[in-house]
Amino acid sequence: MDVNQYLEIFIDETKEHIQNLNDQLLVIEKEPENKDTINEIFRAAHSLKGMAGTMGYKRMQRLTHDMENVFSEIRNDKMKVTAGLIDVLFQSLDAIEGYLNSIQETADEGTDDNEPIIQELNRILQEGVGAPAKDTNKQEEKKSEAAENGEKFPMKFKDMKLQDHEKSAMKEAIERGSNVYGVSVFIQENCILKAARAFLVFKAVEELGEIISSEPSVQEIEDEKFGLDFSLYLITDATLGKVLQAVKSVSEIEEAVGQAYEEDEAGSTVHTEESVKEEKQENEVAEVKEVSEEPSVQQTTPAATAVKAGNVAAAGKNNKPVINRTVRVDIEKLDSLMNQVSELIIAKNGLVAISESDNEPGKGNMQGVHEQIEYLERITTSLHESVMKVRMVPIESVVTKFPRMIRDLTKKLNKKMQLYMTGEDTELDRSVIDEIGDPLMHLLRNSADHGLESPEVRRERGKPEEGSIFLDAYQDGNSVVIEVRDDGNGIDVENVKNKAIERGTITAEQAETMSDKDIIDLLFLPSFSMAKKISDISGRGVGLDVVKSKIETLGGSVEVKSVLGEGSTFIVRLPLTLAIIQALMVELGEEKYAISLDSIQTIEDIPVEEIKYVEAKEVINLRGIVIPIVRLDEMLEIEKDEEKPENLIVVIVKKGDKLAGLVVDNLIGQQEIVIKSLGEYIKNNKIISGATILGDGEIALILDVNTLM
Amino acid sequence: MEASLIGTDSVQFIVVKIGTEQYGIDIKYVDNIVRMQKITRVPKIQSYVKGVINLRGEVVAVMSLRLKMNLPADVFTNSTRIIILKLGQQSEVGIIVDEVKEVVTLETSEIEKTFHDMKEEKATYISGIGQHNGELISLLDMSIVMAEKEKD
Repeated sequence: MDVNQYLEIFIDETKEHIQNLNDQLLVIEKEPENKDTINEIFRAAHSLKGMAGTMGYKRMQRLTHDMENVFSEIRNDKMKVTAGLIDVLFQSLDAIEGYLNSIQETADEGTDDNEPIIQELNRILQEGVGAPAKDTNKQEEKKSEAAENGEKFPMKFKDMKLQDHEKSAMKEAIERGSNVYGVSVFIQENCILKAARAFLVFKAVEELGEIISSEPSVQEIEDEKFGLDFSLYLITDATLGKVLQAVKSVSEIEEAVGQAYEEDEAGSTVHTEESVKEEKQENEVAEVKEVSEEPSVQQTTPAATAVKAGNVAAAGKNNKPVINRTVRVDIEKLDSLMNQVSELIIAKNGLVAISESDNEPGKGNMQGVHEQIEYLERITTSLHESVMKVRMVPIESVVTKFPRMIRDLTKKLNKKMQLYMTGEDTELDRSVIDEIGDPLMHLLRNSADHGLESPEVRRERGKPEEGSIFLDAYQDGNSVVIEVRDDGNGIDVENVKNKAIERGTITAEQAETMSDKDIIDLLFLPSFSMAKKISDISGRGVGLDVVKSKIETLGGSVEVKSVLGEGSTFIVRLPLTLAIIQALMVELGEEKYAISLDSIQTIEDIPVEEIKYVEAKEVINLRGIVIPIVRLDEMLEIEKDEEKPENLIVVIVKKGDKLAGLVVDNLIGQQEIVIKSLGEYIKNNKIISGATILGDGEIALILDVNTLM
Repeated sequence: MEASLIGTDSVQFIVVKIGTEQYGIDIKYVDNIVRMQKITRVPKIQSYVKGVINLRGEVVAVMSLRLKMNLPADVFTNSTRIIILKLGQQSEVGIIVDEVKEVVTLETSEIEKTFHDMKEEKATYISGIGQHNGELISLLDMSIVMAEKEKD
């Protein structure tokens, strides 16, 4: 058994905690006095530390421990939240994330100690509390005192080495108002079953409270690997006397001595602990050994676990456990899936029954088959829906990291801005979620860097100094729309035009005839950057074109709306799912094509004489809107007889707010189709986005409407 | 390909006819042989790719070796077959042949290496010449046949 199986859970939960910490830190930056948030942060840091400790990630544990210490002090009103502290805390979070990434890839936390951050944290902690570092004199006093007392029954527990998490657990218990005692137990010399006696002592003590640590470890005591005494620390609500009495009530116990755990003692243990740690950093193997020798006993995580964790860290170097991509599924969704599968089996059985009774003549059979097929159809449709739902993940998991990013940008760009998000619960297919983060981040950066003006300019223009960036997500039919909006400068079309001419992207004559929208679309061309100088944030010219191509590979589209001086909006439209779509099947000559129903606006019957020409291009005037006509048969090089129909069937498709009319020969009908890739041998084909297999085994190609316009 | 010829003593080839010539296809690349079926044309693609077929629910591209080797276009007859090839990690692809004749085992000693100095276009697709029962078989270099070749 090892902790490997918990690795996924650990990674998931650590991510959640990091995200939570990020969010809470953002809150506390604005409201430094918010008690709830401070408590929340403390809890999150504490859980992180505990988890890292259990998994044997020492460096991560150490860092989180120091974070926790800081918040413990803040919680106790011993120090205040400062801007500097927040910065360091964010750095710590990034470092923890670094550890996590490393763990995710190799199951090992890496070797970066992040010493500067830890030192900074401790410096702030000391400054904040205003206390001197460690009182070595006191510590020595303590030791000699211990030596004096220890004649026959020394308080051996004072020499115990305590783990960080044990210390903090004790500290926490004291804060909670519980008592923490160190106890040393001495067994009679003539005792035969030492281990059994020790076990009874543990049992008696555990009835009163929680044992934090013992020396030797529980395992060693069980194996009788100890002399005549052992020591332990426990958290209890009972008094020391009661504890000692309970211990002594076990027969063959010579004596038990105890004392309340003191803060000063923690100081001394910290000291020894640090020397141990330095050794650890030098040698991983030694670390494993060290841990196993260290007396660490907790009720649920005994020393044994720590050893295992150490083994994992060592083993992880050899075989890299790659973490599978997972989706957390609501059990309800799974239940409904299960139900549908059982229905499917019933439907199958129905068909079997019919086929078995096939020998009997009569029309009843055919009808039965039809009924079963209808039933099957219903089940497959709902199965499809359920499976889709299982794959759906709220975009929350992507967007929650954005507020932190905007905060960092605020500092970097020296602009004041605020991110407002809505619709975080909008769900998207997991495969889309995985890919959408980067493009959205880019759009946000773009808004922050290029969109928003500097505070001075904003003041001059009569806008509030703090710029606003909005991220709104919502479902619209079979697609999900994510809008990134800012109240900044908007896109300066003239500026873009000049830049494009300057760069030779377009000629001056071309520029004359281009609409504003066409010019704005130039921004999506590769290596077209509007940044006056290359900055850290954006402006390398690998921006919007990458965003656009990424979103298009996901089957989505991007468009921009912009009003100069008022701001711009980037609208990202993504399909709900990638594998199965509703499509309109059409016929062109002998061939069948599918057009995604999402992009179809209407289907019109247009008399040939209504076709007009604008700039030698065919258009129709449909209820006052001029729509260009695309002759699909010419576009797709379909041979057909010269016979000219009087009426054209025109499928009006839309891409964003653009419309086009596709001329088809025949409509077959609406159908749910499974998208198949054309494979890697068919290249340079943008018109066809894929293929699907029809009920009769024939292949129909799927038209990519976006490229036809 | 060449390594496999040297490394083993004998190699099995499927002998096919394209036009008047016999070609050998290393059997390890052959996934399946299917009868000619309806090929769905895909507009605006490489001219030698005839389209796609439905191979048990999968969409597989089919290309014409004749067109790729600048031979006259295929004439489909009753013996026309589509050989489904699979090369490593690449997806399956079908090639059209006029006829599938037999499977032969050639000793490495029966294979003569060719050098790519011939001017004919098709020569580059051939890795060697095999002799079997007094007949010559041009052995196709599958990695080149299946590789993307940009025309014009």
